[in-house]
Amino acid sequence: MLEIKNLHVELAEEDKSILKGVNLSVGAGTVHAIMGPNGSGKSTLSYVLAGRDGYKVTQGSATLEGADILAMEPEERASAGLFLAFQYPVEIPGVGNMTFLRTAVNAQRKARGEEEMSATEFLKVIRAKAKDLKIDADMLKRPVNVGFSGGEKKRNEILQMAMLEPKMCILDETDSGLDVDAMKLVSDGVNALRDAGRGFLVITHYQRLLDHIKPDVVHIMADGRIVKTGGPELAIEVETNGYSDILSEVA
Amino acid sequence: MALPEAKQSATEARIAALDLPSGAGWAKAARESALARVVAMGLPDRRDEYWKFTRPDTLVQPVAPEAALFDPHETPIFDTLDRLRIVFVDGVFDPEASDDLTLEGVAIEPLADATQADIHWARDLYGVLETRGQDPVARTLAALNTAAAPDGIVLHVTGKVSKPVNLIYHHKSKTSDAMLHHLVKLDPDASLTLLETGPGAARLNTVTEVDVADRAAFHHVRVQGRDHERRAVTHLFSRLGEESAFKSFTVTVNGMLTRNECVIELTGDDAVAHVAGAAMGDGDFQHDDTVFVTHDAERCESRQVFKKVLRNGATGVFQGKILVKAGAQKTDGYQISQSLLLDGDSQFLAKPELEIYADDVVCSHGSTSGAIDEEALFYLRARGVPHEIATDLLTLAFLAEAVEEVEDEALREEVVGHLTGWLERRRG
Repeated sequence: MLEIKNLHVELAEEDKSILKGVNLSVGAGTVHAIMGPNGSGKSTLSYVLAGRDGYKVTQGSATLEGADILAMEPEERASAGLFLAFQYPVEIPGVGNMTFLRTAVNAQRKARGEEEMSATEFLKVIRAKAKDLKIDADMLKRPVNVGFSGGEKKRNEILQMAMLEPKMCILDETDSGLDVDAMKLVSDGVNALRDAGRGFLVITHYQRLLDHIKPDVVHIMADGRIVKTGGPELAIEVETNGYSDILSEVA
Repeated sequence: MALPEAKQSATEARIAALDLPSGAGWAKAARESALARVVAMGLPDRRDEYWKFTRPDTLVQPVAPEAALFDPHETPIFDTLDRLRIVFVDGVFDPEASDDLTLEGVAIEPLADATQADIHWARDLYGVLETRGQDPVARTLAALNTAAAPDGIVLHVTGKVSKPVNLIYHHKSKTSDAMLHHLVKLDPDASLTLLETGPGAARLNTVTEVDVADRAAFHHVRVQGRDHERRAVTHLFSRLGEESAFKSFTVTVNGMLTRNECVIELTGDDAVAHVAGAAMGDGDFQHDDTVFVTHDAERCESRQVFKKVLRNGATGVFQGKILVKAGAQKTDGYQISQSLLLDGDSQFLAKPELEIYADDVVCSHGSTSGAIDEEALFYLRARGVPHEIATDLLTLAFLAEAVEEVEDEALREEVVGHLTGWLERRRG
């Protein structure tokens, strides 16, 4: 599904290297987690894959089902099936959540040569999915993320994911700012989307999210590289001993 | 004081090109007195402080610059709404295309008829608010209109009028130079919604004098024509009585030059005046909102909300003033002007002013210019919304605060629908 090979990335504005040769392969139907200390490059990896400005790829490649996503505009990556759940979802005053989602769903459909969703059908689908995530009608009507609590913003990200039905989902610290109940709700939303045809890359600091979203593979990232890969037990090791043991072990 | 020579000769040249309309004694007197004001004040030129950001040359020159005709190929705005239509073609009233001028709660007649009558209530309003609006800043193009406008519409509102009156302005001659002068007199407790739509002429000069009596309400929604080369100077003069309301909103898309002046006097306690505008300009576009609100009574509220989206070298101007006279206690004044600059070539020039002589008031004002929010743009694109559509969504979101000033939901939806449609077409 997602193949990242020897990816090197610098900040566009300054001569600073962030990713120094990332290799990663996420197959369809699997959930991979990336853990790592602050500043290891986890969020940069997610932004570079989604196509945010400000980064320069100096070496390596990233493909989604064989297609070179680094050569695509952000909207093309989305239509190709890539989805990033933001660590800090953006507030957009003046744009209704519903309008935003419908525009996004139909823009992607159009880009893929599919028929657009009618207003009635869209309403039916979104109501059902919003209900599962305990998102009320008022949240759908309000401007995108404006006045939403931390938990509401993250649930709104998962709602977008559910509506857009991407092939490859990247979750960037979706657990940050969530209390236990909200984490359960968000995780249930993610788990409901787990599917043989869909890949997940879950970026997190903490093991606790991985109690809810059980990964198949866990990677440890440090200083712009993946330094260790293992099974779910690796996350537990981090939780118990912290990163220092692992980092000194691979150093 | 004698006028500078250049100003005097420009004024004389313009007057020489006028065709002064005939009328009954009172109208003749009002027009002559207006002409005397024009001669005394002189027409604006680029040295005038009040025209510092917008060059008035093409509005003043004796012959109007040509403006190509434009067919928008779209259903005209408000077309589906129940309203009374009054049509002007290049400034000339077209009774055939208009509805019958009868509507409960309002007496409607063309100005040309009213000015022929020896006795008419219009005498007490025609040029009266315009004259009051000449102090402290000269608005000579308005006086010129009072002197020379051959027609317009005269509305005496006696009750709550059930549907809007829509003045529809067609532009069918590329050399047309039109002046229209409207009068609206609202009796106590009366209410009216006035719509104005269309370009009107290659060059259009309008004056609308609105006298709002106690507890009366005047709502005004204007959509200026999209003809790229048209020019317009408009003037709204209003005086408000106790507990009355004046709410005006204007959409401007395209047009080479637009200057919309609005002069409001709050003379009765507890009155409310809102003036708002949304403008979208691309390329050769100069749009100027000049507003002057005077608080001369207690507990009045005024709001000015202006938003402009500018690209490809378009220019936006805002000159807004709130004057709070001594004794106008508990005034609540608010003013915001903002521009969204979609590229580095466009510019927004703002001159917000507060002048306050009362000590117990709340007045705030703000003015900003900014580019599109890159974070929001990326968020939308990361969800699959193409760059141009995302920009349009953010553009509409930016204009929303001004558009929300339109209270009537059906009218507001029409405005939003047309703005959305225009942006879509622009993308092609």
